[in-house]
Amino acid sequence: MNHRITRRRLMQGAGASLALSALGGRAFADEPLKVGYIYLGPVGDFGWTWAHDKGRKEMVAALGGKVVADYVENVKEDASALPVLRDLAQQGHRLIFTTSYGYMEQSVQLATEFPNVIVEHCTGYKRAKNLGTYNSRFHEGRAVLGTIAGMMSKSGTIGYLGSYKVPEVVLGVNAFTLAAQAKNPNIKVKLVMIDSWFDPAKESAAAETLANLGCDVITTHTDSPAPLQLCEQKGIFGFGQGADMSRFAPHAHLTAIEDIWGPYYTARAKAVLDGSWKPDDTWWGFKDGTVKISPYNPRMPKEVQAEADKIQAGWKSGSYDVFAGPIVDQAGKQRVAKGEKMKDADLAVIDWYVKGVQS
Amino acid sequence: MSADFVISALVTIVGVSTPILLAATGELVVEKAGVLNLGVEGMMLIGAVTAFAVTLSTFNPWLGVACAAAAGLGSSLLFGLLVLWLGSNQVATGLALAIFGIGLSSLVGTSYVGMIIPRFTSIFPDALARDPFWRVVFGYSPLVYFALATIFGVGWLLKRTRPGLVLRAVGENDLSAHSIGYPVLPIRLAAVAFGGAMSGIAGSYFSMVITPLWAEQMTAGRGWIALALVVFGGWRAARLLSGAYFFGILMTLELYAKASGFSLLPSQFWAAMPYLAAVAVLAVISSREGRGGEAPACLGRPFLPNG
Repeated sequence: MNHRITRRRLMQGAGASLALSALGGRAFADEPLKVGYIYLGPVGDFGWTWAHDKGRKEMVAALGGKVVADYVENVKEDASALPVLRDLAQQGHRLIFTTSYGYMEQSVQLATEFPNVIVEHCTGYKRAKNLGTYNSRFHEGRAVLGTIAGMMSKSGTIGYLGSYKVPEVVLGVNAFTLAAQAKNPNIKVKLVMIDSWFDPAKESAAAETLANLGCDVITTHTDSPAPLQLCEQKGIFGFGQGADMSRFAPHAHLTAIEDIWGPYYTARAKAVLDGSWKPDDTWWGFKDGTVKISPYNPRMPKEVQAEADKIQAGWKSGSYDVFAGPIVDQAGKQRVAKGEKMKDADLAVIDWYVKGVQS
Repeated sequence: MSADFVISALVTIVGVSTPILLAATGELVVEKAGVLNLGVEGMMLIGAVTAFAVTLSTFNPWLGVACAAAAGLGSSLLFGLLVLWLGSNQVATGLALAIFGIGLSSLVGTSYVGMIIPRFTSIFPDALARDPFWRVVFGYSPLVYFALATIFGVGWLLKRTRPGLVLRAVGENDLSAHSIGYPVLPIRLAAVAFGGAMSGIAGSYFSMVITPLWAEQMTAGRGWIALALVVFGGWRAARLLSGAYFFGILMTLELYAKASGFSLLPSQFWAAMPYLAAVAVLAVISSREGRGGEAPACLGRPFLPNG
């Protein structure tokens, strides 16, 4: 037989080399899994991003040499995030976490362009074969805060410093309001959206505005301790966001919602490592440990602490749900009937505020 | 609308306007001398982190402000050297300084995250500073009074003194000033240094008065607004002062409107405004026919005595 290059030979050769490369792939399985993160703000924000990074560190500590994690901070929520994500994917990161709502389209795009990379988008709702979403039931924490605020407010007006009108924030506002109304039916919640997750000067000015308009308890959905510092200065109460911020406002800081991402990140990395990862919409809360309430300020009266503890226990046991009907929206329309509870699917895309929110 | 409400709103307005006023005052002097320094945002952040770090270590806020001024001055001298003696493009170098400042301040500031310093509040006695009515006059940080004194001083200096006249001459027609015998480049460098110091002090206002903490990019674009303010004020001190407070009123009104349930303008407009303003500034500067009548004639152009 002569050794001319025939098509048959070529196809056989191609098939052989393909098989070889598959074998070679298995040889690389012992390399650590590269996990990538993109953060909206700086890890030094002591809030949202800091909590995610803490989770990343916990994952690395828990899984030892099996994972290697990299992060990129200060990635804007616009088209400029895509090149960063592409870069991470091309550098070999097989699991990428996008830690803010505004990375939704970029995450979808990344998942489409790199089918072998697993993408997990935080607080989003679009999924694909290799794109999952995860969220934390912060609104469970907001219900605790709302209960405290409803009981501690003497002026009957409490403030909510929001960032953008996205489902996560709307949920927070509604949970806060409903829980406060359960303690004080006439309570008013003033809402200011500052169109930023992180702008300390503007957060401070907005908190000052809320205080001037009569709010004596202010909760924030933005990431810096600036609103708390303002509360301390004015002698009113506030809550920390994403982390225990009591050192910034020892008198004003009542408690805080802490984001605990470590267990989730560890579980997901493990799933990718052993091949059991599936696109999911994970929404953990108090029960699974992603939401934690910081130690109470000793200035909080004992009965308020007891009520707050009751709400937490209720969430953990499943006996309490702040979104149980009847719930009426700002326009007066009934959205949830008596005896019903809001489903997760509705919570994830909510865009209306409950009655009592002044926005 | 009680008196207390109005006073509280005024206090907020002053707080919002002061850092912009400080930075814009410095930039006014720089541009009057014919130099365009776009690096205000970077210098402000360098000032902010320096003020925080020094105050944290020495517990002396005055030293903090002084060091912030020195740090801003130092960074502006770097710009001055490149632009005045090496003749590099002012727009590009200014932007590079802005980016450099953002990065350097973030790097230096990493170890200061999560720390706090006492707020640099009023030095007047509590009876005046916390009085429900008189706090609108006496309740501010010393930097507020410094800002007001400086803009009045700069306005007076530019309009009514000989050094001010020389500075303006250098900015309007550097070749004529040179032919008379004035040292154009040293005068411009002095102006740039002053602008840098003022930007540094403006930055210190963020990390010492508004929010006594350090956070990356905590000036959030106010430097660009200060740049725009100089242009919109027609390079005149009085208009700059009113412009700064006008901006403060707009921002505060927007917050009050939102908190009360309605919005003056779409909120995305406010988010875009610093960048729109920066673009507008550059457009105006680049077209001499536009508002060229008010801009210093040599603004942005290198000094070339030999042609």
